Amino acid sequence: MKIGNYLKILFFSLFLTVTASAQHGEESSKEEAHQPEGIRAQIEEVKKHHLADSHDFILVSTKEGKHVGFPLPVIIWDNGLKVFSSSKFHHGEEVAVVGENHYKLIHHKIYKSDANGNVTEEHGHPINPVLDFSITRNVVFIIFAGLLLFLAFRSLAKSYGKNNGIPTGIGRFLEPIVLYIRDEIAIANIGEKHYKKYMPYLLTVFFFIWLLNLLGLTPLGANVTGNLAVTAALALVTYLITTFTAKKDYWKHIFWMPGVPLPMKIVLAPIELMGTIIKPFSLMIRLYANMFAGHVVLMSILGLMFIYKSWIGSPLSFGLAFFLGVLELLVAALQAYVFTMLSALYFASASEEHSDH
Amino acid sequence: MEGLNYIGAGLIVIGAGLGIGKIGGSAMEAIARQPEASGKIQVAMIIAAALIEGIGFAALFAA
Repeated sequence: MKIGNYLKILFFSLFLTVTASAQHGEESSKEEAHQPEGIRAQIEEVKKHHLADSHDFILVSTKEGKHVGFPLPVIIWDNGLKVFSSSKFHHGEEVAVVGENHYKLIHHKIYKSDANGNVTEEHGHPINPVLDFSITRNVVFIIFAGLLLFLAFRSLAKSYGKNNGIPTGIGRFLEPIVLYIRDEIAIANIGEKHYKKYMPYLLTVFFFIWLLNLLGLTPLGANVTGNLAVTAALALVTYLITTFTAKKDYWKHIFWMPGVPLPMKIVLAPIELMGTIIKPFSLMIRLYANMFAGHVVLMSILGLMFIYKSWIGSPLSFGLAFFLGVLELLVAALQAYVFTMLSALYFASASEEHSDH
Repeated sequence: MEGLNYIGAGLIVIGAGLGIGKIGGSAMEAIARQPEASGKIQVAMIIAAALIEGIGFAALFAA
């Protein structure tokens, strides 16, 4: 059979199973007093779990509250390094007792508390968090993505030696992309002289963001790039590289822009200085917002499917969610491309020499 | 008035939509004039659209 027919059969069977299960949900939630509130609360719960980071790795969870998964180690710094398993938190319900310190998990953040679980509060928000270096679900996915990238590119690099310059295996898919980044993004913007020292970072950031976005779309995936901390770290690295590999002309253009009259120079200096911070900041916000909003919309529409337990509402929601999912695939690659391209532009302005004007 | 949040969000979407629409329109006109340059025009269009969307999202989060 042709691949088109396979895809049609796959889509249709997915469609049938998911809408059928959505309609069966009606009987099992009869113990709720008000059905719309119950199912909406459950959907909110699933959404929050998928979008937020968590200290344990839950694969599936049943309606009675049992979870299939495993707890992840918690590493915190509280006048000394403390490592314990997050199963002591019992999914946020209990106070963890470690030595003589007590910790409580509120909204996925760890706070120091006393034996009864009271934390010092201010305006209703707890205020003494501890420095948290734990291996959370996002960290597991980042490590996993890094490992996958390392294996894929290692096989590409090794195959160059073995097969006389022609890659084999997964390298055959990756090589044209690497060449595209080198030719169209790096050389076109940064120029022949200086592009080589930026290439490792540009390649890494492109494939890393693309793979993390794609992993977030899979059923068991965690939404890693939809987390402000992760995108902030990536934008911070771009900022550090632009600042520390910048040539004299870059700083001259910021503080004392040549070719404009003197009053304008004084006006432009603070604006350009803010611009150096705002540009990586916009990189961070762009990636975060695209991924976070995309996932929120996708999960909301999938949740709609369970609220409309009708024979016409559920399939329509599923179809909409399917097409949104395909759009999300495009957005995943596009956001990686835009991040890489803009980073290359910032590096280009940093490493520009006066003779280029 | 808490509804002002949503009016602000609507204004942001109008602004972003107008901006990206204008870029898309002029990009298409340019490609129609000179089909050989369509690669470069596409690249520039995507960059400009991403920048505008970046502002749009940042403002959307504030609203």
